[in-house]
Amino acid sequence: MERTIYREIKATPSVWMVAILLGAFVGAAGLSVLTIEHHGHIITGMNNQIVWGLPHVFAIFLIVAASGALNVASIASVFGKKAYKPMSRFSALLSIALLLGGLSVLVLDLGRPDRLLIAMTSYNFTSIFAWNMILYNGFFVIVGFYLAVQMITGLSAKMVKMAGLAAFIWRLALTTGTGSIFGWLVARPGYDAAIMAPLFIVMSFAFGLAFFLLTTLVLFKLSDREFGDVLLKRMGSLLGVFVAAVLYFTAIQHLTNIYATEHAGVERFFLREGGIYTTLFWLVQVLIGGLIPMALVFLRPSRQSTIWASILVIIGGLAQVYVIVIGGQAYPLEIFPGYEVLEGFNEGMVNSYTPSLYELALGLGGVAVTLLAAGVGVKILRVLPTNLSDANVPADS
Amino acid sequence: MRLVLAIITLFGLTGMAQAEGALAPVVPVATGDPHAEGNEYWRKHHMELMRHGRNQTLREGERDIDASLAQCFDCHTVEEAGEPVTYESDKHFCRSCHDYAAVSIDCFKCHRSTPSDNILNRAMATPEEPNSIAAYLERLAAEASE
Amino acid sequence: MSKCAELTRRDILKSGAAVTTLSLASGVTLMAFGGSDADAAGADAGKRWGLLIDASKCDANCTDCVTACKTENGWDAHGDHASPETSSAWIRKVTLKDRQTGRKVSAPVMCQHCDTPPCVDVCPTGASMKRADGIVLVDKHICIGCRYCMMACPFKARSFVHEPVHDQSVNAPRGMGTVEACTLCVHRIDKGRIPACVESCEAAGHSAILFGDLKDPDSPISKALEAYPSIALRDDLGLNPAVRYQNL
Repeated sequence: MERTIYREIKATPSVWMVAILLGAFVGAAGLSVLTIEHHGHIITGMNNQIVWGLPHVFAIFLIVAASGALNVASIASVFGKKAYKPMSRFSALLSIALLLGGLSVLVLDLGRPDRLLIAMTSYNFTSIFAWNMILYNGFFVIVGFYLAVQMITGLSAKMVKMAGLAAFIWRLALTTGTGSIFGWLVARPGYDAAIMAPLFIVMSFAFGLAFFLLTTLVLFKLSDREFGDVLLKRMGSLLGVFVAAVLYFTAIQHLTNIYATEHAGVERFFLREGGIYTTLFWLVQVLIGGLIPMALVFLRPSRQSTIWASILVIIGGLAQVYVIVIGGQAYPLEIFPGYEVLEGFNEGMVNSYTPSLYELALGLGGVAVTLLAAGVGVKILRVLPTNLSDANVPADS
Repeated sequence: MRLVLAIITLFGLTGMAQAEGALAPVVPVATGDPHAEGNEYWRKHHMELMRHGRNQTLREGERDIDASLAQCFDCHTVEEAGEPVTYESDKHFCRSCHDYAAVSIDCFKCHRSTPSDNILNRAMATPEEPNSIAAYLERLAAEASE
Repeated sequence: MSKCAELTRRDILKSGAAVTTLSLASGVTLMAFGGSDADAAGADAGKRWGLLIDASKCDANCTDCVTACKTENGWDAHGDHASPETSSAWIRKVTLKDRQTGRKVSAPVMCQHCDTPPCVDVCPTGASMKRADGIVLVDKHICIGCRYCMMACPFKARSFVHEPVHDQSVNAPRGMGTVEACTLCVHRIDKGRIPACVESCEAAGHSAILFGDLKDPDSPISKALEAYPSIALRDDLGLNPAVRYQNL
């Protein structure tokens, strides 16, 4: 095998086409943000019951995937798997891009996005949200540093390993923080569970790896580089293990709730009577995003099956975040236990939510920001290896 | 590069010269007594006074600070066709200077920008007023002794 | 230096004597005209304002407290598109039916002014805050509109302003993109008046809402709480709300 060489991608017409397409999505998101800022959130599907909507689903998915995308680098640097080493630069870059995309959506959906500076300067340290802002900003710095030490020639392997370890610990903290945004909400029966933090971590493993595989394959295709079948199948089976872990944690999450009588209502809602949320849970999250990808990568491992599994994991992941974020709010708060509410303010009934086109545009814009940032990164930085054919992948010692 | 800078400077200067001439701010004449601290002092420090006052009022409940927006309108309202103009109008007294200085303000996204007839809560309630806490407690005491 | 000195001077001004003459470090002498000492009370940490709502006195057909709150704080102004789901609700009337016994009961629900408010814990900027006298407020000057407090509140007490608002009440500034809730009529309390809902309920002849200082053992509300059973909504969460209910 030859030495791993990293080269920028060339700006071919097809690269430009993709960039223009992504730019159009970003532009649409910008337009919808301006429209929402002018008219208020009244034009979105969100209301005073469902206060976090589709933008938050995209934002949380991207933020969770961000820390997961760093896994490829961690597997190389922290766990010493040499086969992953050539991909670790792009893994770090993509994780920064994913966080950027996710945060853009989160920030632009604020009631007062013009006050971002206040969010950066005025901290309430009892808020997990404020802690997350520190974790997000720290992630940019630490992963940026990690990417830099990988790219600077002549630095010792030990230094790269230390930076990789720091980034790995930070990403675990970051996803713990993201999960705790929901896990620490004691008031809502759909959230309020310590398992949210580890659940979000395994979700990040799966979503991040799936997103990494798809973007890498697209970039390799666009720049005419080779990605070996054996390596891809190996990563596919890793994805399968992560998906199994997500299913396991999801099962424990619901079983624990079912056992507690006070949570029987919310579980009945999620698992049996929740309409769209029940469908999304069983059909999209569990079947399409869980069991089918596992069957694909374990029963019929191939290049095609890995690609399909990655796509399905992302679809299932979005459904899972949707069920957690929106479903958790749709289920009514139990303010008056033992009473039926005859008259009130949307009390004791399932809250309805229909996402608007503005919210979808904003969410997809976040994905486009991520892809655009990753694309610009591989265009100007030497992060993408020129050859990942199986003959050229280092063997693990 | 140097050429670009020079052009920008040139445009900037002509722009400023124009602004100082025809487009100088028309500061509306206020009614009432002048500020005790002097108008110059208020022109320079009103934002600090109001920011400081807003925190004391909202966070500490000290409402006797003579730097509330509602009080500004006592003297500084601009009327058009007999009605006080809102911040929507460029004649609003805040905008007459802020537009000129290109400093955007956030106040009127939440506060009303016109005077209000409701001045009840500017003064402490007296025990004679039925909705004062003192009168309320007295009624409760009378009820309890019956 | 000057800014600091000026602000200090303002502090003296707002609480000071009728006429104060001051010499600043810079050598400038300023004269200031202030209010009287009695006015400058502020939130008192020795007090905790609360409400005791007697559901047996609350009339199922009466919504005077809600109307009074709307008028006082001006949150009734609907935009063109407002629906019940997007409108604000600082206070709401609920009518409940016991699932086992069929007993019906009505009561108003507003911000419960918790002792350990979840909304204050979760607010990233510190806009959600509790005053020294226990009143929980939103500082709209620094609210970024993230709505995390609405996710955290167990009582659905908070509303997000979905549309532009005009002609706000001078009592309660409120604006699009920020979160709002019952203030316990803080502007009235600070001026020695009772909250609007309490006043209207008494005027309607129900007197179902008792207002007072929970820290004063001799206040009517403290005595009533001591003498009769009462509950806090979601007492299992241990938030110790300042609003309590009787006969619910």
